[in-house]
Amino acid sequence: MNFQRVAALVLRYTFLYTRSLPRVFEIFFWPVMELLVWGMLTQYLESGPYKLPGFIRFLLGAMIFWDILYRAQQGTTIAFLEDIWARNLMNIFVAPVRVSEFILATYCVGFVKILVTVAVLGVLASVFYEFNLLAMGWPLIPLFANLLVMGWAVAMVTTAMIMRWGQASEALAWGIPFLIQPFCAAFYPLDSMPAWIQPIALAIPATHVFEGMRAVLAGHGLSWSRVLWAAGLNALYLIAAGLFFRFMYGRAREKGLLAKLGTQ
Amino acid sequence: MVRAMAEAIVQVEHLRKEFNGTVAVADVSFQVRRGEIVGLLGANGAGKTTTIQVLLGLTTPTSGLVKIFGMDFERHRIAILQRSNFCSAYTALPGNLKVWENLLVFAKLYQVKDHRRKTDELLELLEITPLRKHITGHLSSGESTRVNLCKALLNDPELLLLDEPTASLDPNIADKVRKLLRRVQRERGITMIYTSHNMRDVEEVCDRVLFLNKGRVVAEGTPRQIIDQFQQQSLEDVFIQVARSGDLLAEEGK
Ligand SMILES: Nc1ncnc2c1ncn2[C@@H]1O[C@H](COP(=O)(O)OP(=O)(O)O)[C@@H](O)[C@H]1O
Ligand SMILES: [Mg+2]
Repeated sequence: MNFQRVAALVLRYTFLYTRSLPRVFEIFFWPVMELLVWGMLTQYLESGPYKLPGFIRFLLGAMIFWDILYRAQQGTTIAFLEDIWARNLMNIFVAPVRVSEFILATYCVGFVKILVTVAVLGVLASVFYEFNLLAMGWPLIPLFANLLVMGWAVAMVTTAMIMRWGQASEALAWGIPFLIQPFCAAFYPLDSMPAWIQPIALAIPATHVFEGMRAVLAGHGLSWSRVLWAAGLNALYLIAAGLFFRFMYGRAREKGLLAKLGTQ
Repeated sequence: MVRAMAEAIVQVEHLRKEFNGTVAVADVSFQVRRGEIVGLLGANGAGKTTTIQVLLGLTTPTSGLVKIFGMDFERHRIAILQRSNFCSAYTALPGNLKVWENLLVFAKLYQVKDHRRKTDELLELLEITPLRKHITGHLSSGESTRVNLCKALLNDPELLLLDEPTASLDPNIADKVRKLLRRVQRERGITMIYTSHNMRDVEEVCDRVLFLNKGRVVAEGTPRQIIDQFQQQSLEDVFIQVARSGDLLAEEGK
């Protein structure tokens, strides 16, 4: 691993973003729109005819947490797609850059984008809905970290699929997180889910994060077993995703796809 | 010290590459010695690009031996790529970055020492200093070819692979690029492999030509030797003869 090369790739994304208003706009646009919808819905549920208590906290918390997972995956995958769109991928692959350095650079870019997104969402949620994310305190750190790592593992899989099946599979990059969403107990507790889905849910790191988040918001404190489960599963999936990526990279080289990706 | 023969920079023996049953390269062997410019000439689909991609490690060979600087790609990828570079009409540098930004990123990727001086020197050599602050995506194809070449020379490559660098250029700019490549080769002694289906390219730039047809080397030598071997007037006539005889062989095989 050569960090100067990683820094060079990150520098390139920095140029890309400072030079492109739509890209910067995109970092804010969707999260803010989602926050508005969810925020207004929860306000209605709390104060309207239903008077459901504590809704804002749970739903907005879930929404922001979900966004971290989603953006971790998106940011990374888009960073890879940027090179395909720019017909630049071949220049990168013929430069003395290790695949791991390239992936790390896309992770760095994804990470910075998430920090920005979360900061914006945090501020807006507290201004408009009096939801203070930071009130959760230090448990935020292990919970966020686990979402981030899971997002990266998923991103490694979607990136590998795009590498193997080309731009036609770009839709996967956007769709795969939503394949996970219903099963990861993001917006409802685990025990409210049908019994047959619960084992599936428990195998997803994010489920443990969302459960942990709800416990913290309800004032029960952070459960370390949740964090450890999430971390353990994440380690497993990250390794599996890495192996999957390596396999697909090998297939792509066999089939001469690395050159095709960037030039068609 | 006098060396009887310059060292082999590229060594290819019985290279074969199939894609799902399509034979892109059937059986190709050649060597390129330090300082040579070798042209891979051949019709569309002859296997030129595939050969280049194998030499860049982008594609793995089905069989055969490929050594670059005496090293194997699977074990020394980074070391090989650090000493080579690539330029093609079919790749681009990110379009919304300025020229200097793109060059800076690649200078850092190749860990070029004193990259500011190096970049200035190359921009000067390629006569594109005024383009430094231009948006890369707004350049004409002649300009972007030269910017691509600038990127390809940043790391002082010992081996430069060029896949149809003059495709999409008008004859005037193509001529300039050819002269430039010759000059770069003279001044820096860079070894080059150059693919083209343009006779002018090959006659003017290359010391030696490998004539590819359907994934095989059908002739090898200086442009003059090849013309004589086929008893033709020009390389263009040879090209046509080879292309059509290939068709004839295929017809007979049926
Ligand atoms: N990635 C690939 N997958 C399948 N077939 C390919 C691939 N790349 C090249 N080919 C085929 O291999 C043959 C040689 O192609 P190529 O090396 O690009 O030729 P050239 O550069 O001489 O025009 C062609 O028939 C082409 O269709
Ligand atoms: Mg070609």
